[in-house]
Amino acid sequence: MNLNRKITPHITDAVSFDLQLKKCDQYNLDNGVPVYSLDAGAQEVLMIEWVFYAGNWYEQKNIVAATTNFMLKNGTNQKTAFEINEYFEFYGAYLNRSCYNETATITLHCLAKHINELLPVVAEIITASIFPEEELNTYRQNQQQRLEVNLKKCDFIANRLIDEYIYGIHHPYGKYTSTLDYDQLNREELVAFYQQFYQQGKCLIFTAGKIPANLASSLNHVFGQLPLQQRAIPNIQYHLHPAEEKKMQIINDPNGVQGAIRLARPFPNRHHPDYQKVQILNNVYGGFFGSRLMSNIREDKGYTYGIHSYIQNHIHEGAWMISTEAGRDVCKATIEEVYKEMDILCKEPIEAEELSLVKNYMIGSVLGDLDGPFQLIARWKNYILNGIDDQYFYNSVAIIKNTGSDELQELANKYLNPNDFYELTVI
Amino acid sequence: MIQYNRFILDNGLTVLVHEDNATPMAVVNVLYDVGARDENPSKTGFAHLFEHLMFGGSIHIPDYDEPLQRAGGDNNAYTTHDLTNYYCQLPAQNIETAFWLESDRMLSLAFSEKSLAVQKKVVCEEFKEHYLNKPYGDVWHKMRELAYTVHPYRWMTIGKELSHVENAHIDDVKAFFFKHYRPVNAILVVAGNVKTDQVKQLAEKWFGPIEMGEKYIRCLAKEPVQQEARKLSIEAAVPLDAFIKTWHMDARLEKGYYAADLLTEILGGGGSSRLYQTLVKEQKLFSNLDCHHFGSTDAGLVTIEGKLVKGVSMEQAENGVAEIINAIKQNHVSDNELIKVKNKTESIIAFEDMSIMSRASSLAMYELLGDANLMNTELEKYQQVTPADLHEYSKQIFRESNSNTIYYHAKQ
Repeated sequence: MNLNRKITPHITDAVSFDLQLKKCDQYNLDNGVPVYSLDAGAQEVLMIEWVFYAGNWYEQKNIVAATTNFMLKNGTNQKTAFEINEYFEFYGAYLNRSCYNETATITLHCLAKHINELLPVVAEIITASIFPEEELNTYRQNQQQRLEVNLKKCDFIANRLIDEYIYGIHHPYGKYTSTLDYDQLNREELVAFYQQFYQQGKCLIFTAGKIPANLASSLNHVFGQLPLQQRAIPNIQYHLHPAEEKKMQIINDPNGVQGAIRLARPFPNRHHPDYQKVQILNNVYGGFFGSRLMSNIREDKGYTYGIHSYIQNHIHEGAWMISTEAGRDVCKATIEEVYKEMDILCKEPIEAEELSLVKNYMIGSVLGDLDGPFQLIARWKNYILNGIDDQYFYNSVAIIKNTGSDELQELANKYLNPNDFYELTVI
Repeated sequence: MIQYNRFILDNGLTVLVHEDNATPMAVVNVLYDVGARDENPSKTGFAHLFEHLMFGGSIHIPDYDEPLQRAGGDNNAYTTHDLTNYYCQLPAQNIETAFWLESDRMLSLAFSEKSLAVQKKVVCEEFKEHYLNKPYGDVWHKMRELAYTVHPYRWMTIGKELSHVENAHIDDVKAFFFKHYRPVNAILVVAGNVKTDQVKQLAEKWFGPIEMGEKYIRCLAKEPVQQEARKLSIEAAVPLDAFIKTWHMDARLEKGYYAADLLTEILGGGGSSRLYQTLVKEQKLFSNLDCHHFGSTDAGLVTIEGKLVKGVSMEQAENGVAEIINAIKQNHVSDNELIKVKNKTESIIAFEDMSIMSRASSLAMYELLGDANLMNTELEKYQQVTPADLHEYSKQIFRESNSNTIYYHAKQ
């Protein structure tokens, strides 16, 4: 057979696909807690997430929100921390909790057949956690030790500092944890935070997977009578205090062989009309393996194992960030190339071929991302917490398909001005 | 139950197809039967460096990533001690693009000097980022050298030292390629919204004409049974003392593997595990503590590693671990504890099987072990393990003479 391997097989342009976002069902429990439900997938598995407005946005003192969230698994009036862990683990279930800026979550992953055994204990955690002093002491000690190890890592330091430069140390997006913060934690503050933001707090429930027929009634039975939704979310505004100095170099480890480099500029949130278009520009610049930053700085020069740019995923203010770890002797050269690539995007329109590649790649990623119940509910959760709906999805697909290189060049000139960027190297 | 069809091309390439038309995507996964264990001891890190070079252009196609991205696809690869695996996911309509790309780089790489020079640098930065520039980053280099005296698990997949990667030569690259990257040493798995007939036709078209190559027959030195406990003390500029201990366990296909896997769960899996509850929560000897193994094909290591609470001595920490180990050697685990770790295993398998990507790579991995259908009988093997099996097996492996310990001291 005479096969010409130089000729590319026919490609169906991903931009011609008609992408559909599977709808998410919504119903309310008796107490008004909204439940969002996505029934999909072949495996007999479930994910249920309880979202509370209990992020660090609402704390009066550093790390109270994160500690309260962490300690939800450390004891109720009926079960010790060990018994809680053993209970979930016995059913092969995973109960995780995470604290973010605005929200904090409890997430259950389990086989669908065990759901009725598990829900009451999640309710117990939401209503009857006791935050034992002894558990708090162990947590404090172990977290302090962990922090001490992390403070030796240049990437950890760089991630903290760049956020501080952009938002200020008193802003929820810019603050970070010190050893002293752990010392100053006290149990009463955790209990008060728990009462306000969990026991009586605003709660949303997200469910995904192969949803059993009786899940809605089980959820209503176990959670629908709880005194949730009683307290309004406080209206708290923070002011930005960006750093005055834009260029910083820090030696954290005199023997370090690499530097953690971060460049960032403030960027509006997803309600801004430029937001979705800039996602395309960001992909061209540093958003995926084939991006210009990666092609130039990794694949051509070998300065780094990886370099990425991205828009921070915050509900309020955001930032456009470039992040890499590069060899100590090539940090300066790396930063020069980062600016050089900005300059090219400002001066030269993106060629049609490159732009169509990026668009196809982006649509292909969205398509892959719509595959599977957990990915779908993650997208819906993001939309709901940001106050948008599926129209946003269809707009964003249309924007990927229709935005031209002139418009992208204008956006580059608007946002990729080196003078607007903070620049940090931590060795 | 994961369904699949299998056929073998004339050139020895094994092809598995897993049809799933609930997804719009397809995955093409190519596994090569070569890993860090197949390296020359003076040229370590080569299998992994080679994985990078597989993206540096093939004989007819200057750039692998670009056409794939244009087809709406994405890809990655990884190298372990046992195998090298390449996978890409793309809209099912464009699956032929993946066949075209993967078959061309199996036919021959471009062997570009520039790509070699750049990827040597990239891998050196990867080495620095993960192993040199991180506190405790060298611990597994040291542990492997301590625990293995002859078997090539002695070195890390990234390589024993930077110089091995830096000294790689284009002739080494060519020799490695034509020895290992041949159809007869590869397994192709296609999963997702595809039909077996269509895959058969595409596989014949694109992979069929590639020369078979020679079957690579692995003959690695078997690690002799360890006769005496080995201990190593290290001092380094880290904030906390750390304790790491390993015991040799059975190979992947041996019966003891399943017992070892369940034992690591009982000892260290999750907040109700014995090590965590006793030594972190009750006795407060460690600030974190893990128990795991790497699931390696040849005989691996059961590992316990953790960082000591400040003020706790290495002896206290070591004795604490020893007590837990003695308890599991002396008494049967309860039925409930065993049911717990079996339930967890069932759940891990169900969650892993959710994505076609993970199903494809599991099929390839089990086929490499001898039969893709092992994927479907795995849970049953765990179910068959009894408390008596665990008891016997803990007595067998948790002998002091079978152990290797590193005392990792923080420099004062």
